[in-house]
Amino acid sequence: MSGMILKGETCDWEIVCGLEIHCQIISQSKIFSGASTHYGSDINENVSFVDAGMPGMLPVLNEECVRQAIKTGLGLNAKINKHSVFSRKNYFYADLPQGYQITQFEYPLVGEGCVQIDLEDGSKKGIGIERIHIEQDTGKSIHDISPTKTFLDFNRAGVGLMEIVTKPDFRSPEEAGAFLRKLRTIVRYLGTCDGNMDEGSMRCDASVSIRPVGSDELRPRAEIKNVNSVKFVMQAIEFEAKRQMKIYESGGEVEQQTRLFDQLSGETRFMRSKEFAHDYRYFPEPDLLPLDLEDGFIEAIKAEMVELPDAKQERFVKDMGLTPYDASVLTEDRETAEWFEKAAKGHDAKKVANWMMGDFFAMLNEKKIALQDSPISPENLGKLVELVTSNVINGKTAKDVFAIMVETGDNPEKIVEEKGLKQVTDTGAIEKIIDDVIASNPANVEAYKAGKTALMGWFVGQVMKASQGKANPGVVNKILQQKLV
Amino acid sequence: MAIDKETVKKVAFLSRLKIEEDKIEATEREFNKILQWIEQLSEVNTDGVEPLVSVNDCSLQMRQDIVNDGNLAEQVLANAPMKEYGYFGVPKVVE
Amino acid sequence: MTDLTKLTIAQAKKGLKNKDFSAVELVDAYAAKMNEGRKYNAYVCETVEQARELAKRSQAKIDAGEGGNLEGIPLGIKDLFCTKGIATTACSEFLKGFVPPYESTVSAKLLAAGASFLGKLNLDEFAMGGSNETSAFGPVINPWSKDVPLVAGGSSGGSAAAVAAGMCAAATGTDTGGSIRQPSSYCGVTGIKPTYGRCSRYGIIAFASSLDQAGPIAKDVRDCAIMLNSMAGYDAKDSTSVKIDVPDFEKFLGEDIKGMKIGIPKEYMVDGMDSELSAYWNKAAEMLKSRGAELVEISLPHTKYALAAYYIIAPAEASANLARYDGLRYGNRVEGDTLDEMYINSRTAGFGKEVKRRIMVGTYVLSAGYYDAYYVKAQKVRRLIRNDFMNAFEKCDVILTPTAPVVAFPIGDKSMQENPITMWLNDIFTVSVSLAGLPAMSLPIGLNNGGLPLGMQIIGKAFDEASVFKTAFALEKDANFKGMR
Repeated sequence: MSGMILKGETCDWEIVCGLEIHCQIISQSKIFSGASTHYGSDINENVSFVDAGMPGMLPVLNEECVRQAIKTGLGLNAKINKHSVFSRKNYFYADLPQGYQITQFEYPLVGEGCVQIDLEDGSKKGIGIERIHIEQDTGKSIHDISPTKTFLDFNRAGVGLMEIVTKPDFRSPEEAGAFLRKLRTIVRYLGTCDGNMDEGSMRCDASVSIRPVGSDELRPRAEIKNVNSVKFVMQAIEFEAKRQMKIYESGGEVEQQTRLFDQLSGETRFMRSKEFAHDYRYFPEPDLLPLDLEDGFIEAIKAEMVELPDAKQERFVKDMGLTPYDASVLTEDRETAEWFEKAAKGHDAKKVANWMMGDFFAMLNEKKIALQDSPISPENLGKLVELVTSNVINGKTAKDVFAIMVETGDNPEKIVEEKGLKQVTDTGAIEKIIDDVIASNPANVEAYKAGKTALMGWFVGQVMKASQGKANPGVVNKILQQKLV
Repeated sequence: MAIDKETVKKVAFLSRLKIEEDKIEATEREFNKILQWIEQLSEVNTDGVEPLVSVNDCSLQMRQDIVNDGNLAEQVLANAPMKEYGYFGVPKVVE
Repeated sequence: MTDLTKLTIAQAKKGLKNKDFSAVELVDAYAAKMNEGRKYNAYVCETVEQARELAKRSQAKIDAGEGGNLEGIPLGIKDLFCTKGIATTACSEFLKGFVPPYESTVSAKLLAAGASFLGKLNLDEFAMGGSNETSAFGPVINPWSKDVPLVAGGSSGGSAAAVAAGMCAAATGTDTGGSIRQPSSYCGVTGIKPTYGRCSRYGIIAFASSLDQAGPIAKDVRDCAIMLNSMAGYDAKDSTSVKIDVPDFEKFLGEDIKGMKIGIPKEYMVDGMDSELSAYWNKAAEMLKSRGAELVEISLPHTKYALAAYYIIAPAEASANLARYDGLRYGNRVEGDTLDEMYINSRTAGFGKEVKRRIMVGTYVLSAGYYDAYYVKAQKVRRLIRNDFMNAFEKCDVILTPTAPVVAFPIGDKSMQENPITMWLNDIFTVSVSLAGLPAMSLPIGLNNGGLPLGMQIIGKAFDEASVFKTAFALEKDANFKGMR
């Protein structure tokens, strides 16, 4: 049970929350013009006459934005609508050059879908997707250069956005947080959005209401705008739910309204009430015909779909013998999963996973380097594991080899060969060492034979030491047991 | 559907146009005359008729994802009434 | 030497080819006429010097036996087409001083064909009007005026007047609800609105996107064909332009019309139609009949509702299309303390009465609660009107109607000024064609008792301009209209 129950004096309350997430689509050019989407260009450099809303300019739809949104829709198990229509959403604002935003209203590109989220207690929950539509982003207002003026940069104006709308299925901040993380993982896997909330390429609005537990009514909700991290979304939902509870508990009524989240205080504050809600006057965009997609277009996108984290996790558990926990860690992002798969190819996957999540991640952490900059290639990690499983080196030697690999990036086989680290499995040679150890420690031999069997570990240690760690500990154990009877 | 002064004001604001106080009544009258005339459409039986959005029967053509526009900052800004540091300028917007 | 400005484009092309005169002489002849005709207020910006430069270049090409379809032909351009480096205003106070850094596709195609531009032509502000009286540069005076100055019609009033008075070889126009055909009728010239999607709208300042269409206004049917040959064609920059071959329209002229079925819509015989007009209509029908065409009575039952539907759809689209005129990126700016104040001040000062009226009507019909009752209803009626034409064209090849119910009326006419609807009713024969997106041509049929020209309209099936041209060419021959003086 992941729902959050707010204990009130009159009754218990539950949260009803839905999210609207604006994701910037990854594409080279803008959704309706040929200007670049590159982030960080000079002021107003990536602006075409279309983006600037010059007189007589017309939008032309970028096919890639459509493909990316469809891909995302498929990733969220959603229905792709072959017929969709662009609309104009009319409002005046400085960052909106045309005086309307081209978006989709009645007929979105993607319809209903469902996403599984993984909760901390290990349970799963399905979150409904209402729709995904595509639209153009706005420009950026800069308020902090002049005390009397606001400046406008239209580089972002016209970058493609997917607006993902969920059903009001969230019952706790935790669920909303889990969903956002899951969504981010999925769009990153698909390469349809980079998912960076702090850079604004993924932006979230939350609509929050509460109701007495057990009721199924929908009470007036507050829409909280533009919350820019997972943590803040969770904070905003919790704060807002408690604020509403206070109102109800003191006999008041919550009004439908739009609120802003204040990052510093962690509170939401009033922005505008329902009466001042915009009258957007949506109507079909006459500059663009309805979009009618052929089956082949959608099929081609389906054929290109990469394996998503849920499917990967399942396969890692089922076919590769990983624990669900390991599988979920290793599939958190596509790069890690692909790295792992490369490393595990042809080797003991479970052992590779242990190495990766143990020494390997620890090393990356300690050195503060990203996976793609790792000195150790996935192939070489796989080889290292293979050297252990095929008894060429023992576990202890492997750690030493790993340390050398971190320094040199070398192939572990080469390291073992050059440094003569191959473990000794030749029973004759081991027997000789054992005989020496037995001969020079008669007291301990006596003690062992008298029943102090815990000394076995000490004997193994002595033999290993004498072999400079190269003796196969299994073989040593076996021969010692025979000789000490 | 007759409209009143308040609606005239609301529509004017949505349009970002100012109507002088002494012109509001005349505007309201004229507006109602126009709406009354438009009202004749209610005589037409449109049950089951699909709204016509475009006379073109074809589907939307799309463009390839190629960067072939932009880098026009100077021309984009050429007609701007207020520009500074390469930005367009407006009165301070308080959010 | 003959008056070069009396020559049609076809004749001028021949004369240039034969070296009867030079391209520069042709420009100079028109420039002299422009000086004489300044009283008509047809041009709002003259670019004779640039035209002369282009003419020199054209002459070199002609001398070399090269050159395009309009090499050396001086044209006038409606000031709704953006022309690179030349002020483009839509005859609005708002855009005075606006110099587009880009060229409309249609004007670019004309330049590429070798034409030169004598200047920009007057129109109703943002093409909203039927008399050219809403222009910020004042009304155009119909060259046919006698004692009292008469309107030239609108919105392409400057284009029609300039062609009538020999101030350009031909002109571009745009037609949303009759803006090419009605002024052509008032000024005794020939103009065609091609099928919606035939010409690119890129770079034409938008009035109502689903209706706007460019077309030529010229001295005769052949010149219209020559002009349209260069203006039409698919443009990837306009998503509503249609990918369909453009035939050589000139080659249909003179084709036999024997056996063609000419539809006569009974609903257009409106009560109280001017008797001279109805006599001319009959006469035109008889002329076609005597050439072997068959007259067929057809029915367009929803004609009556076309105007009301048009005056919902066009203002609705216009209200959004004109939202970009906010004083931020170009055009008129009247400062204010807040952003909204700046918008309101700039727009209130920049737009004229008719434009404001239509923006407000459009805003209202799209606003919450009224959208279905007005906008959606109008679109349904629009479909019925289009269906009417489709049904009619089962029985006939083209449709013959008058272009306008009246002849040119005095500037400042009281009844028109007091009630906007009276003015709007002048579009009665033209708007339904626009709503259906069909091609239609207006050509002069004769003079009324007062010596003012009357026009006939020939409507064709979608993309069948060919039939319109050959019918109009036949009618033109029989009507033998003489033009001015």
